[in-house]
Amino acid sequence: MRRVMEMVVENLACARGGVPVLEGVSFGLRGGQALMLRGPNGIGKTTLLRTLAGLQPALEGRISVPPEAMAYAAHADGLKATLSVAENLAFWARIFGQRDVDTALTDFNLGDLAQRQAQNLSAGQKRRLGLARLLVTGRPIWVLDEPTVSLDVASVALFGQAVQRHLEGGGAALIATHIDLGFEADELDVTPFRAVPREIDSFDEAFA
Amino acid sequence: MIALLLRDLTLAIRAGGGFGLALTFFLIVVVLVPFGVGPDSTILSAIAPGILWVGALLACLLSLDRIFALDHEDGSLDLLATAPIPLEGVVAMKAAAHWVTTGLPLTLAAPGLGMLLSLEPAAFRWLVLSLALGTPALSMIGAFGAALTVGLKRGGLLLSLLVLPLYVPTLIFGAETVARGADGMATATPLMMLAAITLAAVALLPFAAAAAIRINLR
Repeated sequence: MRRVMEMVVENLACARGGVPVLEGVSFGLRGGQALMLRGPNGIGKTTLLRTLAGLQPALEGRISVPPEAMAYAAHADGLKATLSVAENLAFWARIFGQRDVDTALTDFNLGDLAQRQAQNLSAGQKRRLGLARLLVTGRPIWVLDEPTVSLDVASVALFGQAVQRHLEGGGAALIATHIDLGFEADELDVTPFRAVPREIDSFDEAFA
Repeated sequence: MIALLLRDLTLAIRAGGGFGLALTFFLIVVVLVPFGVGPDSTILSAIAPGILWVGALLACLLSLDRIFALDHEDGSLDLLATAPIPLEGVVAMKAAAHWVTTGLPLTLAAPGLGMLLSLEPAAFRWLVLSLALGTPALSMIGAFGAALTVGLKRGGLLLSLLVLPLYVPTLIFGAETVARGADGMATATPLMMLAAITLAAVALLPFAAAAAIRINLR
């Protein structure tokens, strides 16, 4: 049903606050594959994911990915407190040109909460809603930053199943996480790519 | 993109503050002026065009920092930046939503408040017309300022300082239109200047604002 997706990253270097944190990162990701990013806090996993998602420019290297293929989810879920669960999802679905939000609600066990305002959800429920957003984007490559924060064991299992279904449908996932999601996945430890601390010559914050 | 506009309007209605804030502030300014200046209607009608325009401008300024700050805090801005709609479109829709929640109610309420300041009857239609033409520029310029300060904690002061000088031409031509209308003079020139400022702001600033957001998101 989906196009065959492939993401190739070659010799990528990325910086946080003008200081390079990772360099020489290379990996490939194809449809049906999940790749877990591992590494200690502060190594640059978030920076790497933000660079891949196009939120900040790479210092060097190449990211080859089909256009409009990535769905990015980070620590903040992008929920509006005064909108209901269903309205929040419906908004993102419309932004991504999709219609169906019921599947996403069911998959993340949010059906009973659909009419509740997001401000009355618990932290774990908000996270589940944030992750349900991925399903309504209809995009094949999920780029996720610590998706299981504040989820309980049952919700992590739900999320694991959602990722597996996504992979079976030909999608791919790149996930920075510290825990085991309960399915077979390749791992990439980014620790060896730690950049040598140095100031970047003539690095212009605004126009790089 | 319409979805974004509708969401922002829904939020403005539900959060309470959005719709009423600017209007209430405008009302307070205009109602207080006669108490401060005195009830002499010749003085009031002379300063009415300026007061009405300054009041509208300040009321508009009040809600500017909400345009992007809230979306930045809850992460929506990151997600919108990676969404299929262009960031320029996001900026334009955000400015449009700001105008519908501030500029439009101000324009509609202005004649009633003009009466409180004993504005010349001939000037009422020029007041409404000039506000209708000028307030979109206030929202768009404001959105640009909000985009520049989006990453800053409590950037409201900086935002006001950045935006106020950019508001001056709109204020001058807006108040001039009403003043000329009150004196029965031709209003075409200031109106056209006002329209030109608005058109230029709407045409150019979404791109500048989107560029500013891209830099601030890094």
